[in-house]
Amino acid sequence: MAEAIKLNTPLTDKDIEGLKIGDKVLITGEIFTGRDTAHKRMVEMLDKGEKLPFDIKGQLIYYVGPSPTRPGQILGSAGPTTSGRMNKYAPRILEAGSKGMIGKGVMAVGVPDALKKYKGAYFIVVGGAAALISKSITKAELVAWEELGAEAIKKFTVKDFPAIVAQDCHGGNLFVEGVKKYQKI
Amino acid sequence: MREIQPEEIIKTVKQLCIDANYHLGKDVIKALEEGLKKEESPVGKDIISQILENDRIADEGVFPACQDTGSAIVFVEMGADVFVKGNLFEAINEGVRQGYKDGYLRKSICDPISRKNTGDNTPAVIHMDIVSGDKLKIAVAPKGGGSENMSFVKMMKPADGIEGVKSFVIESVRQAGSNPCPPIVVGVGVGGPSFEKCAQLAKRSLLRPIGSRNPDKFYADVETELLEKVNMLGVGPQGLGGTVTALDVHIEVMPCHIASFPSSVNICCHSDRHKEAII
Repeated sequence: MAEAIKLNTPLTDKDIEGLKIGDKVLITGEIFTGRDTAHKRMVEMLDKGEKLPFDIKGQLIYYVGPSPTRPGQILGSAGPTTSGRMNKYAPRILEAGSKGMIGKGVMAVGVPDALKKYKGAYFIVVGGAAALISKSITKAELVAWEELGAEAIKKFTVKDFPAIVAQDCHGGNLFVEGVKKYQKI
Repeated sequence: MREIQPEEIIKTVKQLCIDANYHLGKDVIKALEEGLKKEESPVGKDIISQILENDRIADEGVFPACQDTGSAIVFVEMGADVFVKGNLFEAINEGVRQGYKDGYLRKSICDPISRKNTGDNTPAVIHMDIVSGDKLKIAVAPKGGGSENMSFVKMMKPADGIEGVKSFVIESVRQAGSNPCPPIVVGVGVGGPSFEKCAQLAKRSLLRPIGSRNPDKFYADVETELLEKVNMLGVGPQGLGGTVTALDVHIEVMPCHIASFPSSVNICCHSDRHKEAII
């Protein structure tokens, strides 16, 4: 398999344009977490013209709700949640300047168009490989909404966080392409 | 009558919650290792290797296998000659409370509308049967939300027969696609005198070890046939295409109403977690 592409956040349009489905990437820098409730709140803020709790420009949102952190550890298990639940919110987040999302499972509805329009990419990590993924996260800090518990927005500092480009800004969709190759019925 | 103290139930349920979330069964690991050999897609192979490595790390007992440590589904088989001092269900919920707290497991249960978390992963879902004897068997099966969301009950017509069940299962797995974290285990309920009983059959079938077959040869053959068919869907590991979509298909059967033919599908992710103990 081809060598992994190194990505440093925040990302630019040029970074995104260079990515195509199936590419393995290693992400270094900061990524921000958010899932159902945090997205609902972020979109409400954007609709009201308010400022988000962090500068979203060029950033990636990781759909995750980690397990609790043990004493002496940086974080608990932190694998991806099902991204499809964020279909409704992702286009608005991309419009606000984010360069993409990290999760598991296919993203649909308005997401492929938004990835093209705002130059974004959707990355996946292996769902259920939470213990393994946590090893590439070197720091975790609370950004907003502590009361949401596992759903709060956190900033992860990551080093060589391994992901795969699943849907790119050129209209590519690895889920569709991959399944087509092996589908017999 | 044999008397069992609630403290013993609390202690047992607590340990089962923790063990299930950190230590995957040997049957699951074996099925993944075989899946790694069978998978034809290089990306799929890579994903299964990552899952095996993940499960090895989780087994060390610091990081749960998945961050979604699930709803606590508890199956109880209580001997008719057992007397539990106090409230059995309260003891089970207390065991879940303590297990999820002390095991650093995620609390994932919330109000359906306000989404306010209950804070301790209760209430547990408790399925209870009374059996002969003086033992108490408890099985805990933490169930993740991603795969649970891919559950279906279909009230079919008696005329649909077994072929109806087969297409329902195949289409359910196709529709679930990448969402339930494949490779999956497919639980199937056939019959049951009511809607909710049918759903429960599918859930219960997930407790069976991977590779086991229904004792009735007819259904055992259907399990084998369906496993082969769902693996022809091409969904593959994580839905990125491949030949290993499911690790197994389990069917549980029960008589049903003469006017009905319910069938259900409950999908479990590759983190097929369940542990049991006998008190």
